[in-house]
Amino acid sequence: MLTWLRKRIPGFGALALAGTLLSGGAQAADTIKVGILHSLSGTMAISETTLKDVMLMLIDEQNKKGGVLGKKLEPVVVDPASNWPLFAEKARDLISNQKVAVVFGCWTSVSRKSVLPVFKELNSILFYPVQYEGEESERNVFYTGAAPNQQAIPAVDYLMKEEKVKRWVLAGTDYVYPRTTNKILEAYLKAKGVAPDDIMINYTPFGHSDWQTIVSDIKKFGSAGKKTAVVSTINGDANVPFYKELGNQGIKATDIPVVAFSVGEEELAGIDTKPLVGHLAAWNYFESVKSPENTKFIKEWHDFTKNPKRVTNDPMEAHFIGFNMWVKAVEKAGTTDADKVIDTLPGTKAPNLTGGTSEMLPNHHITKPVLIGEIKGDGQFDVVSKTGMVPGDAWSKYLEGSKDLIGDWKDKKCGNYNVKTNKCGGTSS
Amino acid sequence: MRVRNIAALLFLTFCLCTGLIANAHAQSFEEALAGFTTDEYSDTDKAITELAASGNPRAADIIGALQDGRLYFNTDAKKVYIKDKSDVPQDAATGTPASGVSADDLSPVRLNNRLRRTVDAALGGLTLLSNDPGRRFDAAQSVFKSREESALSALDTAIGKETDPRIKRALMEARAAILASKTDAAENVRLGAIETIRARGDQDALGLLSGIAAASEGPLRNAAQAGIGAIQAKLALWNNLQNVWYGLSLGSVLLLAAIGLAITFGVMGIINMAHGEMVMIGAYTTFVVQEYIRSHNPALFGMSLFIAIPLAFVVTGIIGIAIERSIIRFLYGRPLETLLATFGLSLILQQAVRTIFGANNREVGAPAFMSGTFDFGGLAITYGRMWIIAFAIIVFIALQLVLRLTPFGLRMRAVTQNRRMASAMGIDTNRIDALAFGLGSGIAGMAGVALSQIDNVSPNLGQSYIIDSFMVVVFGGVGNLWGTLVAAMTLGVANKFLEPFAGAVLGKIVLLIFIILFIQKRPRGLFALKGRAVEA
Repeated sequence: MLTWLRKRIPGFGALALAGTLLSGGAQAADTIKVGILHSLSGTMAISETTLKDVMLMLIDEQNKKGGVLGKKLEPVVVDPASNWPLFAEKARDLISNQKVAVVFGCWTSVSRKSVLPVFKELNSILFYPVQYEGEESERNVFYTGAAPNQQAIPAVDYLMKEEKVKRWVLAGTDYVYPRTTNKILEAYLKAKGVAPDDIMINYTPFGHSDWQTIVSDIKKFGSAGKKTAVVSTINGDANVPFYKELGNQGIKATDIPVVAFSVGEEELAGIDTKPLVGHLAAWNYFESVKSPENTKFIKEWHDFTKNPKRVTNDPMEAHFIGFNMWVKAVEKAGTTDADKVIDTLPGTKAPNLTGGTSEMLPNHHITKPVLIGEIKGDGQFDVVSKTGMVPGDAWSKYLEGSKDLIGDWKDKKCGNYNVKTNKCGGTSS
Repeated sequence: MRVRNIAALLFLTFCLCTGLIANAHAQSFEEALAGFTTDEYSDTDKAITELAASGNPRAADIIGALQDGRLYFNTDAKKVYIKDKSDVPQDAATGTPASGVSADDLSPVRLNNRLRRTVDAALGGLTLLSNDPGRRFDAAQSVFKSREESALSALDTAIGKETDPRIKRALMEARAAILASKTDAAENVRLGAIETIRARGDQDALGLLSGIAAASEGPLRNAAQAGIGAIQAKLALWNNLQNVWYGLSLGSVLLLAAIGLAITFGVMGIINMAHGEMVMIGAYTTFVVQEYIRSHNPALFGMSLFIAIPLAFVVTGIIGIAIERSIIRFLYGRPLETLLATFGLSLILQQAVRTIFGANNREVGAPAFMSGTFDFGGLAITYGRMWIIAFAIIVFIALQLVLRLTPFGLRMRAVTQNRRMASAMGIDTNRIDALAFGLGSGIAGMAGVALSQIDNVSPNLGQSYIIDSFMVVVFGGVGNLWGTLVAAMTLGVANKFLEPFAGAVLGKIVLLIFIILFIQKRPRGLFALKGRAVEA
């Protein structure tokens, strides 16, 4: 009965919630349509609803400035309901029926993988705003979130240098992003001379809520006389009980710091952060960053949502950068034609919210600074380290299968070009 | 140089509290305070150390305020302030209320992890002679961790004065920790220190000895390694007990989630897929109660859970009755339709909560009695988990009493055993059905109050428990509350013994396979009901 239910659940979700999708309705011919493909219901709604709102705000602002190419932008919002096959259906609907010029969307890697064939087949553009595991570079996708070298590796470097960490716990939720990131980190740590005995890797199921054993294991692992840190790729919902258990068992940031890659301002909004003060997160943006662009963005966001308490976070900034890059590319190309815009985008520059300028690279990733923040008592982050602009690597230098690969859609027209064999496709070994 | 300074000054502070040296230090005290006003981590670090060394009686208060995030500075005036409990700024240098300071001009002195360690070490040294036994104990613990050699003389003074045996032991251990890792101490002193640490025998002691074993040679190394072996052997035993405790704790969570279902599914035979949502609504009730208390009467916060429990029971109970009256009563005897209808209902409830409260997690705070840990032998027991186990047991007993001793329980049992006969005896079976469903839902709501303390309060809360709840009820035997209890505890303990070596993912798979095989062998679960009721 259990498997039967599990199989049925996504299907029911789709049925029951298909009715909730909002669509553009009647539209004037002289608008440019922008597709927004974020879950507004189901498990991922917790993270993705905000991104839909920020896109609506950005489009609204752009229209106030006169739109793009003299035309107004028209948002088309659909709800893929946290259901991976439905993402592909909705993407097809956006491109074929609604004729959108570009789509901003997806959160989980599996949803991105699910819509990928659709974007290739129908030749459209997807802006993907979330930090992910890398090992991908597609012609139709622009990755505005962090690749592992823009988040995980600088975070580990920070802990090695500032906290003198010698022993590492890599804890993650059991799916592709943590597994790939941890594989990269393990290879990186070993390359830095960390003994295999000093690395503990642990995976937990989605939504894991009983962390007693794992937290006490971490405590044990941390009492071997060497400074220990936890690198957490624990996803979404499982974080709250994890941090609560850390607080309960009295593991303080001064003893065993935890650096997280999926915990931002939004996630902390649901926790009492007092016991977590000092634990770390690595992102490319924090709401607490002081810059004129960020102050303006936060004010616009509060005005738009009519809620002065709504927090901002890293994937929102990614959409901000991606949207501005798309606008610039369309204006430069003079058309919204997908092929022309795809060719124009690499090299396009747009300001980010931390006071710098990001650039779209030929591998369809962008340059970003890496920020390390310590959790404060009020649920915000105190930035303790900031790097210069780091270009995103589509393929990790630390993995056997990908160290010789690059993505280059400008000259080589190839997402996995092998610089050793000078051939497109395949792996590097 | 720095280290020696602190040592000398601490000594002076503790032994020669005379006016002679006060002047000499007044200046360094002022200078140290100015270090807090630059908003640079390195200056703050220096300021803390200098302040601790200044010997000023205000030092402990100021550093304590820094630790609690109550230390503020004004860049222009180069002054440092402490905010007291009611947010009124005081001049840090004198401790008198500061007049004419607006809160807008003040920024907090920021800390990072490195500074927090400096603060802990400094405060540890400064509060070893505090009048408050709790603070003395904490100070001993933080010296044990920081192993700051400068605290040695203060420790000796403190040990000489201490009368409380527990604190005295902690102080001795802190002293031993410093001596054992002090490379220029005599070997027999260090060996003696290692013995003291070995006797402490906990996780921290193990970490300390491992460090010493790695960094030394000869008899020291042997002694440290012998100590490690002894502590590990002792911890291994406690480890098993710890697993049992974790298992009981997980089992109590499963029991809470499943016990309401044991009524609706187990006793009434309704496959209620919206059961998890009742748990979720109970958790949200807690959130609403806490929000109300926060804005209206913060003093009551400690009582928030006691207010939330009956409220959650009433709210979810009423929703349960409404569901039974409006949907389920038309579907008795049609399990598949009931399943579909309640599943649809669960999605509607989830989306409704998402619309009302937003998709984000809501913060439910833990009252003071639910937070923290205490050590029981080698077990670290968290208060939150302990109270949840107690709550689960109380709910279980209360439910048994209701079913056994009240007229309603009697009628309910009569209806489940033989509906037509009960009806013929004049029992209003419709009413009993509604009330029983309300009871099951209400208990789920109370479980939600407890779960809000350990899990996310989000619209998805219920989903993560529904499969586990069905598993517990089916495994325990449908229609049997004792079966539910035994099943929940068995699954909890088995899970926790599997987890350390199989991992959380594989552990769960192994358990599921076990249950599938078990159900093949005994389709009616652990405690099968016998007799005519089963066939009906």
